[in-house]
Amino acid sequence: MTARRGLVLDVDRTTPPIVFHHGEGFRFEKLPTGSRVVYPNEPIEPIEDVDSAIRHALANPLGDSPPLEALLTPGMKLTIAFDDISLPLPQMQAPDIRGRIIEQVLDVAAACGVDDVHLIAALALHRRMTEAELRHAVGDRVYDAFAPTGQLYNFDAEDPEGLTHMGETDHGEEVVISKRAVESDLIVYVNINLVSMDGGHKSVATGLSGYAALRHHHNVQTMRRSKSFMDQEKSELHTKNWRQGRLIRDAGVKIFQIETTLNNDTFPSPWDFLQKREWEMTGKDRVMLLGTKKVLDKIPRRSARSIFQGIRSPFGLTSIQAGEVEAVHEVTTANVYKQHLVRVEGQTDILSMGLPYLGPYNVNSIMNPILVACLGLGYFFNLYKGKPLVREGGVVIMSHPTPWEFHPVHHPSYIDFFEEVLADSTDPEKIEQKYEKRYAEDEWYRHLYRTSYAYHGVHPFYMWYWCSHALEHVGQVIVVGGDQRAVKRMGFRSATTMRDALEMATDVVGRDPTLTHIHNPPVLMADVV
Amino acid sequence: MTGSTGFLGTALVERLLRSVPNCELVLLVRPGRRNSAERRVQREIFRNDAFDKLRSEWGDDFDEICQQRVSVIAGDVTNEDLGLDHAGQQLFTSCEVVIHSAAAVSFDSPLDSSIEINLLGPNRILNLLQKASVTPHMISVSTCYVAGNRRGAANEEFLAGTPFQVDVDWRTEVEAARRTRADLDARSRIPERLTAFRQGAREELGAAGVPMLAAKTEQLRKAWVNDEMVEAGRSRAISLGWPDVYTYSKALGETALVELHGDIPVSVVRPSIIESAWTEPSPGWIRGFRMAEPLIVSFAKGELSTFPGYPEGIIDVIPVDMVAAAIIAVAAKGPEDTPEVFQVASGSTNPLQYKKFLDTTMEWFREHPVYDANGHPTAGTEWKYAGSSGLEEQLQRVVKAFDIAAKVINRLPIRGENSFTSKFAERRRNLEQIKGYVEIYGAYGKCEALYGIERTLALWNSLPIEDQRDFGFDPSAIDWHHYITEVHLPTVVVQARVKTTPEKRTGPTRSERLRNAVLDADRHFAAFDLENTLIASNVVESYAWLATRHLGTRKRIEFTLRTLSEIPGLWRRDKRDRTDFLRYFYQRYKGAPVDQLEADAAEMLSELILIKSFPAGLRRVRDHRAAGHQTVLITGALDVAVEPLRPLFDHIIAATIDRKAGKLTGEMLNVPPTGEVRAQLMVDWANQNDLDPAQGVAYADSASDLPMLEAVGYPVAVNPETRLVTIADKRGWLTENWPKTAGAPKPVLPMGSRPSPKRTPQGVPG
Repeated sequence: MTARRGLVLDVDRTTPPIVFHHGEGFRFEKLPTGSRVVYPNEPIEPIEDVDSAIRHALANPLGDSPPLEALLTPGMKLTIAFDDISLPLPQMQAPDIRGRIIEQVLDVAAACGVDDVHLIAALALHRRMTEAELRHAVGDRVYDAFAPTGQLYNFDAEDPEGLTHMGETDHGEEVVISKRAVESDLIVYVNINLVSMDGGHKSVATGLSGYAALRHHHNVQTMRRSKSFMDQEKSELHTKNWRQGRLIRDAGVKIFQIETTLNNDTFPSPWDFLQKREWEMTGKDRVMLLGTKKVLDKIPRRSARSIFQGIRSPFGLTSIQAGEVEAVHEVTTANVYKQHLVRVEGQTDILSMGLPYLGPYNVNSIMNPILVACLGLGYFFNLYKGKPLVREGGVVIMSHPTPWEFHPVHHPSYIDFFEEVLADSTDPEKIEQKYEKRYAEDEWYRHLYRTSYAYHGVHPFYMWYWCSHALEHVGQVIVVGGDQRAVKRMGFRSATTMRDALEMATDVVGRDPTLTHIHNPPVLMADVV
Repeated sequence: MTGSTGFLGTALVERLLRSVPNCELVLLVRPGRRNSAERRVQREIFRNDAFDKLRSEWGDDFDEICQQRVSVIAGDVTNEDLGLDHAGQQLFTSCEVVIHSAAAVSFDSPLDSSIEINLLGPNRILNLLQKASVTPHMISVSTCYVAGNRRGAANEEFLAGTPFQVDVDWRTEVEAARRTRADLDARSRIPERLTAFRQGAREELGAAGVPMLAAKTEQLRKAWVNDEMVEAGRSRAISLGWPDVYTYSKALGETALVELHGDIPVSVVRPSIIESAWTEPSPGWIRGFRMAEPLIVSFAKGELSTFPGYPEGIIDVIPVDMVAAAIIAVAAKGPEDTPEVFQVASGSTNPLQYKKFLDTTMEWFREHPVYDANGHPTAGTEWKYAGSSGLEEQLQRVVKAFDIAAKVINRLPIRGENSFTSKFAERRRNLEQIKGYVEIYGAYGKCEALYGIERTLALWNSLPIEDQRDFGFDPSAIDWHHYITEVHLPTVVVQARVKTTPEKRTGPTRSERLRNAVLDADRHFAAFDLENTLIASNVVESYAWLATRHLGTRKRIEFTLRTLSEIPGLWRRDKRDRTDFLRYFYQRYKGAPVDQLEADAAEMLSELILIKSFPAGLRRVRDHRAAGHQTVLITGALDVAVEPLRPLFDHIIAATIDRKAGKLTGEMLNVPPTGEVRAQLMVDWANQNDLDPAQGVAYADSASDLPMLEAVGYPVAVNPETRLVTIADKRGWLTENWPKTAGAPKPVLPMGSRPSPKRTPQGVPG
């Protein structure tokens, strides 16, 4: 049975209330007649024999690359880098695909007599992964074999001894990556390509890099010129990453790229009602939905958070390809699009979205207000090809409780960013100019990034830059059901109900506006024609 | 003239200089603690706005004219010969008129100081004049209220020998007062009392170290003696029919004056309640915050709705310029053979009823509401009248309830996290103030005597028409409605600094100003306490965390629960003496391997310290560094445990345990930095680094950190416990309330998460 494609539903009188994600909970919204709801494609049938697929990919690389086995020789230095805790979302049910791939790579390496192996969580400026998180990603066997000897570790972008400056691109962009990676005879990078932005040259050029290099594309100008950053052909972020990646390749660093795509089978039972179309829900689904909502509305947010953070997705592998970076990435991107792209005719005046409890930067953590903004205006807004779903000057309505809450260990610089920077200005350019350097070079943040589990001092700036394309494009942002103080601090408006939000939006887009709601997650990418 | 720096005295000096052209003044002024008598005259008299008129009239000559016509002599009426040197005595005795206006006007002065000033003051003046064999006209300023708590007419006559004054010998009263002081002082030194004072000091300051507790104990002892003396004065006065110690001592002072005056001609001027000026030097001129004003303002703010008095009662108010004019007229007229009394009061010829006063006031505040800090008008309520005693009792009950609550709060380990404690302290202080006003004012509200002013009026009628124009003191000239609404209340709201416009405050708030001062580039260093200042945790918690990290699950829970069960005992020990507590507690680290502790402490940063940290506090540390200040952490916590915080500080002063063969011995290497030791270590460190403590900033949360806070120029109370709230507030220190991050994980027990057991590397799988 092939999976059904996504669709655009025209709301009429018989359309049931739509389920909006709303942080650690849901809202049911009856949308006005004539609105559109974009539903994702259903999960593509996954590969059944994953281990064989991995073996096949390693032995039959794409592009100008010999098989993995041919690249491994006794006495060589091998570095295996892998995506960090920000992928996939939510974390996948064990065994994690990274671990399954790494085990096979290690098998081949062992057979070839390679014993200088390092495994590095390529986290760039993200927080270090905890032991439990590393175990989940690579599996206990790999962890126990390599962590105690110091061969499995988190990348440290602030280790003055651990980085190599490789030069500048012809556009003046510095290229800096892990010294160990540069000195290795081969880097094997294991990707999970959840969305179309992931992978390619970004894997090594960003994942194993630091502030000196990242600031050349993690900035307001680049983000505003990436329309969208999910669309490689129109992404300046992509272009710059590629320039840096090619410099690394041309310098002779050998990379064996492994990329994987997953279907969007996001929610396990009993949460599977979240990926059903409302009119197709069974009686049991409805009971579960209502019951869950009742419970979630009653219990403390702290408890709801731990329930949701416990979700492990049943994601199925839809493709795996290995070999030369660019050849691999082309196939990967096609496979991502196959799962995500949904065709939508024309733009809308108002784009609404229900923001879930999770984004890339709050796994096992708290979705603070900055991350709420980034998930909505950075990620969801940019999940388009062609044109933005919402017209220029239109309105984005996001539903999320947006509590004024922060994780003190994971997001210390976010707290200060919110209290100090956003209190001064919400203008991304002004913020970039006035505050970025100080946060990026702050001793204390550096210390926490390196020794604790904190995102880098500059990370909240990147979150805000991620929003800058949307902030420039739309006329107003309204948050439904959010903490009013927190929403105001970010320069958005808050509405208690969807009805109020729509009423407020008419001030900007006029009477009788068109409304499009994206029913995400499971992830979808709008192909706007 | 004595008492020239007072309200009436200043008005007199101004009036004499302006309206009596050739008059020269000799002012006897008590030197202040910081300022000489001359300086006090310059600052407190000539710079007062009473002299605005004269300054503009005389222009640049003002200082010179004052210099010529006014001589200042340093002295004190409570000393023999008024504490004057020979030259001073000569100048004093050369005067033709002596106006004695110095008095202890406070209604709750200690018995003996009232006696020394109000009763014996006039005697000493007489004595000095008699010794010099001079006979100037002495005009002594008294008060109408010497008539005591009686109803009906109170005429311009001396009370001694009349049925209206109990026949007591003033000499006996003087002796008794002095003896009472000596007795109370002796009583304050008995062991039980001293123990109680020490306990009081401990309750107020916590474990602040021996020197500070000793100082506080002595302060409490003196305060106790003083309070008892106040009470002794009050009860003695009431027992003899006077409302308070002021009127009692003034009345006996009059009696002594009449008895001892001898050849010296004497007049006594008795004003009623002196209030703001009717016309001179300008309408509404007032000095200081006087009797009725605090009550009026409390009413306008809606804090007080019951007035101590009866609606039909008479509030006998007299503008200050009328009193000054009357005194000058008495001086000009010259003395009679026998001492005369002149009363300056409004009640008998132009009475102002409470009801009228309050209704007019209410009406005025309705048109001119007082605004709160947010720019919202506050509404005064309808007045209720109460005999003052009922109201006093009611307030007394409330204050008592607050005191009990404060005791309970002081004992609880809660903090000003939500500024609950600081609000509590403020409210209590407010109440206390109102209660004080009601007490003193209530006594006057109850006075139902009518003060006759026949002699004063006769004097007025005898004046030539131009003097009547320049020196008005006929109270019937006062239009009360005009006086209250146009003269008095506009001054009151200015004096009380209340807002009468809805504009929000512009410019920085007090806290912002203090914060800017603290972060100013001129500061040298910032010292931080750790527990409850930067993190909401303590040494017991971090110990439990570290000690459990390598135990099995069941043992960990057992251990943690056992430690928690000891907390009440530890807490008591900590309250008694922090140093002792730390010595006792740190023995538990005996045998702990140092390198493992160091590794565990690095993890504890993420799992305990950061989770319980106050992000605003950590931000503040870095703000100081950004401002170029040195930062220092001073904590009783163990050095190993705070090592992960090193990047925040230039220097860390922490408790250190001796090490042997890679293990801790449990014995401390130095006196742990607590109480006064903490202050000393901080100052030593500053001196070693050429940093000036006067330019230092210190952050702490508890009264036991007082020595450290007092050692710097810029103390900051952080999440202060109730005791510190009160202290910080009184001294105008910056107070910060730094919360934990909302949403931070809340571990149920302080237990270390278990690292995975080290397994032997298995080599590459497969």
